[in-house]
Amino acid sequence: MSMKTSLRQVDGVTIMDCSGRITLGEGSVILRDQVRELLTKGQKKILLNLGDVNYIDSSGIGELVSAYTTAKNQGGELKLLNLTKKVHDLLQITKLYTVFDVKDDETAAIKAFK
Amino acid sequence: MAGRTVEAAYGQRVLLVNMAMGEQRISYTLDSTLETVDSAEEKATQFATDLGFSEEEILQISMAVREAAVNAVLHGNAYDPAKKVILALESTGDGMVISIRDEGKGLDPACIPDPLAPENLLKTSGRGIFLMRSFMDEVQIHPSQTGTEFKLIKHAHGSTGGGKEASQ
Repeated sequence: MSMKTSLRQVDGVTIMDCSGRITLGEGSVILRDQVRELLTKGQKKILLNLGDVNYIDSSGIGELVSAYTTAKNQGGELKLLNLTKKVHDLLQITKLYTVFDVKDDETAAIKAFK
Repeated sequence: MAGRTVEAAYGQRVLLVNMAMGEQRISYTLDSTLETVDSAEEKATQFATDLGFSEEEILQISMAVREAAVNAVLHGNAYDPAKKVILALESTGDGMVISIRDEGKGLDPACIPDPLAPENLLKTSGRGIFLMRSFMDEVQIHPSQTGTEFKLIKHAHGSTGGGKEASQ
């Protein structure tokens, strides 16, 4: 299953609900394009809901890192929400879990944006 | 080595080799495309499933093979249509060996940066080999002037699944 995204706005935060696989090729490109488009539009508070993402490869991890740093460099914030166990474990072994701001409650995540 | 070659879907050349009871080896010659990455992952997943590996082990094998295939297509062959990726899946009686070989310039393992080093944590690439090593019991890298071969080895573990149990 390739990656799909949909966008919601809650209290000034753009929530990107992602599902499927974030892997080399289409999945990574979709994520990259969506995040860059949001930042270009000035929507700089981005919450990536990965609750339905069941697979990420090293390219997908790289894309998450890129999204995080791109948002930060443009004065924005990007947080991760609802990691599945597989994605959680992947971020743990790559030592990225503490780099990202990871949340498991949407309301609390939205309040955590500055 | 005794064997026979058959034409499989999408024109891939498949070599089936008869081996000792409970052991088998299948090899595929694949193009240097993104489709090959998905195809290699699917083939390895099916092979590991047939051998009786656990769900978690199958996921680990599938991810490691995907990373090796990405490496071969992107970094080894650089999408060159004249260069092929050779995937070989082998059941050994006590597990599974996957070989993925490209026809690139040859990777220097000494030049692989540590993706866990603080200065590399925010890099957007360079985690593939680390993930292969994390998910497999053994990863051998055999570089040469005519390409690089990754050999990924997964042993059967315990009674919850694995090639050993499946081959008995």
